[in-house]
Amino acid sequence: MKVVAKRPESLYYKKFHYCPGCTHGIIHRIIAECIDEMELREKTIGVCPVGCGVLAYEYFNCDMLEAAHGRAPAIATGIKRMLQDNFVFTYQGDGDLASIGMAEIVHASARGENITVIFINNTIYGMTGGQMAPTTLIGQVTTTSPYGRRPELTGYPIRMAELLATNEGSAYICRTSVHNPAHVLKTKKAIKKAIQTQMEKKGFSMVEILSTCPTNWGMNPIEALERVEREMIPYFPLGEFKVKE
Amino acid sequence: MAKGRVRFYSDRCKACELCIKFCPKGALGLDKKNINALGYHPATVVDPERCTGCGTCALMCPDLVIEVERE
Ligand SMILES: Cc1ncc(C[n+]2csc(CCOP(=O)(O)OP(=O)(O)O)c2C)c(N)n1
Ligand code: SF4
Ligand code: SF4
Ligand code: SF4
Ligand SMILES: [Mg+2]
Repeated sequence: MKVVAKRPESLYYKKFHYCPGCTHGIIHRIIAECIDEMELREKTIGVCPVGCGVLAYEYFNCDMLEAAHGRAPAIATGIKRMLQDNFVFTYQGDGDLASIGMAEIVHASARGENITVIFINNTIYGMTGGQMAPTTLIGQVTTTSPYGRRPELTGYPIRMAELLATNEGSAYICRTSVHNPAHVLKTKKAIKKAIQTQMEKKGFSMVEILSTCPTNWGMNPIEALERVEREMIPYFPLGEFKVKE
Repeated sequence: MAKGRVRFYSDRCKACELCIKFCPKGALGLDKKNINALGYHPATVVDPERCTGCGTCALMCPDLVIEVERE
């Protein structure tokens, strides 16, 4: 018998604090698998967000730092400029990246910083109890949009992948999802491509991953995966938006 | 003989049931007779003969509970 699936070396044995069925856990695992398979563990430096991913430094078996809310791309910029042969990534939620951290992400991309951003879009502020995010869908009920998000009052959800793809400094930008096994595998491929982009010094790379928050969506984990396919993908289409040759 | 073998680190399981839902062979279920230290009925193999070792359960598990071996 040969082992076909086991815990990657780039994650410690420590249990995740995430809610049952939350896809933050799947995404952690596939990032770690990519780092293992590309033999980068000794060279990897990750930057954690403020949000449910705030404790990611407890789980990844590589160098990790914690940034102030939304500022991970600024911290990663400094690290990468000093340590150009290392692999530097940020792990950021949609509240972190598209709200308080909007300036940092747009300018990191515009400058063509040679870093990789893993962007977890779950259309909500998960950690703080389910408030509306810039990515919250029209009509979506959150604690701060109790009657559903209304564009007259709060505008429209931001499509970050499309927005950053317009920046000349962006070298690889795509959006994927982890709502079923085929898409988990596609996400893994996209992460590898983003890492490759950085290692070839081509510029800024981001993989936006549609993720679930069963707890704050008020759904069980399987219903939450179904919501990704039914409601999120039609507004946040999957695919590559920028591939610099 | 089953072609695959799955091993559960049950202390980590949160009974989200994603592995059960996505196992193409229907080999998995919750172990209603046990409760782990996290307070959940952990997932387990209910029909080991059906397992092909495809690895789908481990691919969808958010909590690194499952190890899979294949012939
Ligand atoms: C400067 C600052 N402002 C606000 C907060 C409160 N806060 C903590 S997490 C968070 C948003 C998290 O949402 P997201 O980035 O989408 O991550 P998720 O938990 O959904 O993965 C906010 C606003 C904070 N910690 N620091
Ligand atoms: S609050 Fe939401 S995003 Fe945070 S761990 Fe729980 S399910 Fe996941
Ligand atoms: S390895 Fe495949 S067949 Fe075996 S339990 Fe897991 S999903 Fe089912
Ligand atoms: S997917 Fe993992 S955590 Fe969820 S029930 Fe199965 S083994 Fe348990
Ligand atoms: Mg979020």
